[in-house]
Amino acid sequence: MDTFLQFFNSQLIMIYLLIFTIILGFEVISKVPSVLHTPLMSGANAVSGVVIIGAILLIRQAPADDFVTLILGTVAVILGMVNVVGGFAVTDRMLEMFKKKKKN
Amino acid sequence: MLIDSFVNLSYLLGAVAFVWGLRLLSSPDSARRGNTLAAIGMGIAIVATFVKPIAEGDNNFIWIIAGMLLGAIIGWLAAKRIQMTAMPEMVSVFNGLGGACAVFLAVAELYKYYNGGEAMDAGSRGIALFTLLIGGVAFTGSMLAFGKLAGKIKDKHVILPRHSIINLILLAAVLIGAVYLIVQGNNLGFGALIIFLILALVYGFSFVAPIGGADMPVVISLLNSFTGLSAAAAGLIYNNQIMLIGGILVGAAGTILTVLMCKAMNRSLGNVIIGGFGSAAGGSSVDTGDQVVRQATANDTAIVLNYASSVMFVPGYGLAVAQAQKVVKELDDMLEANGVDVKYAIHPVAGRMPGHMNVLLAEADVPYPKLLDLDDANSALPDTDAVVIVGANDVVNPAALDEPGSPIYGMPVLEVWKAKNTIVLKRSMSPGYAGIQNPLFFKENNRMFFGDAKDSLQKIVQEVKNM
Repeated sequence: MDTFLQFFNSQLIMIYLLIFTIILGFEVISKVPSVLHTPLMSGANAVSGVVIIGAILLIRQAPADDFVTLILGTVAVILGMVNVVGGFAVTDRMLEMFKKKKKN
Repeated sequence: MLIDSFVNLSYLLGAVAFVWGLRLLSSPDSARRGNTLAAIGMGIAIVATFVKPIAEGDNNFIWIIAGMLLGAIIGWLAAKRIQMTAMPEMVSVFNGLGGACAVFLAVAELYKYYNGGEAMDAGSRGIALFTLLIGGVAFTGSMLAFGKLAGKIKDKHVILPRHSIINLILLAAVLIGAVYLIVQGNNLGFGALIIFLILALVYGFSFVAPIGGADMPVVISLLNSFTGLSAAAAGLIYNNQIMLIGGILVGAAGTILTVLMCKAMNRSLGNVIIGGFGSAAGGSSVDTGDQVVRQATANDTAIVLNYASSVMFVPGYGLAVAQAQKVVKELDDMLEANGVDVKYAIHPVAGRMPGHMNVLLAEADVPYPKLLDLDDANSALPDTDAVVIVGANDVVNPAALDEPGSPIYGMPVLEVWKAKNTIVLKRSMSPGYAGIQNPLFFKENNRMFFGDAKDSLQKIVQEVKNM
């Protein structure tokens, strides 16, 4: 229990951030028209690729001969990058169609 | 010091770009800018991570750059080549990869811990295990969802008897395993972690196994929110604010969509997860007895449509499968030219992901003021002369309103039978995904037009042309 309390105290700012971001997230996205459900989902999906930042840090912090970490990290970078680039590109493709239509 | 401030400022800008980008994404006029803004935020955050000063380590930039290039090329090509009709599959795959990325991170961090390389307190280990668990469930769950959507995996092949009980046992095993790993700390080897990982991956698969068909939009949104949560948890491991913020925003977006989808079916999330749809269907099907369905030919249909003053299309998953969206638009244009008022009724859970039909019709250049949502469509339907149902079934099933025994009872549906005529384009009489019979097919003013949706529509277009 003590370790958890200690953890809570040491991470207090992150916990604040966590809770306020949850509230902010719900506020910002709460009224999505159904036309945009798919692009919102796929755009949000691309944002979840932000986990790639952790993968980059993992590799940078590893010694050059720690191949286990390097390989795990590089696989993570590849996966994260597919998620980020693919996600934003596919969302843009969808939204382009929505826009094209508005001209008519 | 200067470089530290630069990095922190960049992360701050990146986080603001995420929030603002998602905000813009929730309005049609600004959505594309929002997506671009979020992408720029991601770019800023990645660049900042490259220059962020680190206490130890050899940077190993070559590994990072090689991985990024490879990932970017794969992602780009996949995004450019995918057919719009295959969008739900693509989104599932990308989502699963994000989850897998978080799993690799958590495994790498815990590997260091188990090999004595790095001290981690119980809280940090708990977070790493949470990242691994949620990311793992999102990964195998999304991959199974992909398999189901692509038609490679049939529901009946992955559903076990008493599946919901198996899932409960698996969930309990995973949770107990996590607590045990935290409490035991370094007494256990890395092997124990691998067992936990396998358990998490199996649970993800098993979790999605009983959910299918019309419930797909719910599970895809839910998996999306899981990936977000795993990214956020990974942010706690690295004490990195932008990962936390990005992840939580995704978690919130996924949760909102999940709730919206559940509401659209008037079912609780728990009910969807247990998978009542696919399995419970057998017993309560309507006795069709010797009721007859009336068939229509292309010619009949063309006449009905051409001489109607208002027509409404109801697209469903069958439209996506047959890739018939452009033919629908062609028919729409011809009818409009003949003075027919054409609208589309979009049920919130039509298709296999939230907003699926909107994307398909957008691809075919259907202007979105023509798309009516459930409520608007239902108030317009009694005054509509003809309704053409293209590959939809459960969302137009009257049993949802008047048969308490039906598995879809209580789900808001499009009340198409109130229109003067309905024409159902369908391959055969086989029941819809939910495995239940649709009394609409036997109604007096309904006609069935059997065949592939695209072929049938092309025939109708041809007939209208000849008039």
